[in-house]
Amino acid sequence: MFLDQASLDTLFRVKGVLASETSPEVRGQLEDIGFLTGEQVTVLRKGLFGKGPILVRVGSSTFALRENEAKLIELETVAP
Amino acid sequence: MTESKIHFFAKEPLVALLGNPNCGKTALFNLLTGSRQKVANYSGVTVERKEGNLTLASDKVIRILDLPGAYSLYPRSLDERVTCDVLHGRAAGEKKPDLVLCVLNAMNLRANLRLVLAAKRLGLPCVVVLNMVDIAKRQGLQIDIEALANELGMPVIPTVGIQSRGADDLKAYLSQLDWRNLATLSNTSIDQGDETVIAHSEHIESDNIQVQRILKNLHLDHVIPDHFSDRLDTVLLHPVIGPIILTVLLFFIFQAVFTWAVYPMELIKDSLDWLGGLITQFLPDNWFRSLLIDGILAGVGGVLTFLPQILILFFFILALEESGYLPRAAYLLDRLMGRAGLSGRSFIPLLSSFACAIPGIMATRSISNARDRLITILIAPMMTCSARLPVYALLISAFIPHTKLWFDLDLQGLVLFALYLAGILGAMGVAWLLKHFTSKQFKVNALMMELPSYHLPRVSNLAISLWQRAEIFLRRVGGIILLMTVALWALSSFPLPPEGATGAPIQYSIAGMLGHALSIVFAPIGFNWQISIALVPGMAAREVVVSSLATVYALSSTGADAASALVPLISSTWSLATALSLLAWFVFAPQCLSTIATVKRETGGWKIPIIMLSYLFFLAYLASFITYRISLFFGLG
Repeated sequence: MFLDQASLDTLFRVKGVLASETSPEVRGQLEDIGFLTGEQVTVLRKGLFGKGPILVRVGSSTFALRENEAKLIELETVAP
Repeated sequence: MTESKIHFFAKEPLVALLGNPNCGKTALFNLLTGSRQKVANYSGVTVERKEGNLTLASDKVIRILDLPGAYSLYPRSLDERVTCDVLHGRAAGEKKPDLVLCVLNAMNLRANLRLVLAAKRLGLPCVVVLNMVDIAKRQGLQIDIEALANELGMPVIPTVGIQSRGADDLKAYLSQLDWRNLATLSNTSIDQGDETVIAHSEHIESDNIQVQRILKNLHLDHVIPDHFSDRLDTVLLHPVIGPIILTVLLFFIFQAVFTWAVYPMELIKDSLDWLGGLITQFLPDNWFRSLLIDGILAGVGGVLTFLPQILILFFFILALEESGYLPRAAYLLDRLMGRAGLSGRSFIPLLSSFACAIPGIMATRSISNARDRLITILIAPMMTCSARLPVYALLISAFIPHTKLWFDLDLQGLVLFALYLAGILGAMGVAWLLKHFTSKQFKVNALMMELPSYHLPRVSNLAISLWQRAEIFLRRVGGIILLMTVALWALSSFPLPPEGATGAPIQYSIAGMLGHALSIVFAPIGFNWQISIALVPGMAAREVVVSSLATVYALSSTGADAASALVPLISSTWSLATALSLLAWFVFAPQCLSTIATVKRETGGWKIPIIMLSYLFFLAYLASFITYRISLFFGLG
């Protein structure tokens, strides 16, 4: 599953970050700000009608990401 | 021409502050250096360089450099590039730091520790500063400082960046350092020069594993949520309530910029008039007096009048930035900006442009996407800067009746609002067009913006930043703006009118001839030769158009009373169609020369400023033409 489909307020872990074909540099940027394998991720907020940027907590920082950035981040569920 | 430069460095040791954005680095820098800071640019790039002095207990003075915030030492934006270059000792005109202080936000060790590990690899003497320990303690986060120091193999000093004595431990530590022998603090250098993408990717993975291990050993591997910020965000970032609050806030800021500034602006105007009067009284009527009064006082003084407005707007922007709200505003506006092909990051530069396009264009440095940055620079001049306000005010009071509409709305106010709106819509339209015409590879634009925790802005930090803004503005007024005002004065004054000439002297000058030539170009949009001449010196600064009109109409008045004397004159000689056309012109009008100079510096060439000048001229002409023709059609000629 990828971050753009993740449900709200649920804890996930980062499985990996894909390189997008059109802008491969985005992957490195996402890693730099903390989307690294094993890191805890929660979606805090989505836009109206599920459109627009999402608010994500990764580790202990909060980031606003666009949909095209979120869909590069692969997640795995965390056993409760 | 290439020239090799020899740099002389001050003998005092140089200490660089390195840290993630939002780690409280700048607050700490203010604590260490107080108001003794020098703000300039790094050589060759327009990234702000802040340096200050700190006197240690031993009376030794050290220089402290506040590096731009970075998430990693792999440069991705202009800011990060500078940070990397300085740390590698490669930045032009910069000495390699003698000591690096890695600033950690205690509330966000995970992300911050990765940067520490990267810094450690550089082989420079390194000390870790654990900032915001007070907030961490309050939120129940107990950090064993000794254990952290052991894990990292580096000294760790706790600080509180927002308390006036919060850096005392750090100062004491720096005082007892043996500055001649810092090598004991350095770590074995593993890599030299820039990391490759692959090496960086590997490093970041292994650093992450190490960070996770350290956090686990320190029992800090659980995430403590920030309840206060989260609760505020449920209201401020609510999809419906959030944008409403933002709109009200922006409305309030605009009101404040225009109403609070009235008194100080009057004061500046009055003192300039008083100075002008004094000069008239004591100097004989010659070219030198004319240079002082019509050139320098009218031009530079006219720009200076906007200082209060710029400062009030910056006060709000800085306060919102310090509190942590500004990135949230950008988040709220991202969807709207996305439609126009921009990201929320462009919001802050565009907001600044309402005071003046120059600080707005300079603020685009934080946009890492090159295409987004360029488009933001190109459309920033369409945000109605306050210099256009005197022109709007003159034309509106001369031509738009002071009638009340529904709900007590004032027609004049409504026209002013429409002019602002026209600028915003024009800018969005241009950005939208550019989105469709720029190549595909640029199409993905990044947001990736960190939302820091909320905190109350500190008055001393605000005061220092505001003073720095004022200083930068005044330095510009004293430099480039003064120079251009004098040049335009010369164009408008020479050659002198022939003996026995009856018209205003400006008619016979180079500017006058230019204006007469231009009036052929401007006739289809309803501008007479007087307007055309006034537009030439108006290139120095928009509001100069008002005083130039006064000069062309041979009014002896300068400055403040020029407008009031002009109102009856132009309202009786110009048609309404001409006035509306001139208003439309000023919505898009090609920028003042200082803006063009700023764009040239920021983009490193003449290409972008020339593109900007030509497209704005085209738009302005088009808008005026349409306005004039429609007005004529409705019989307003």
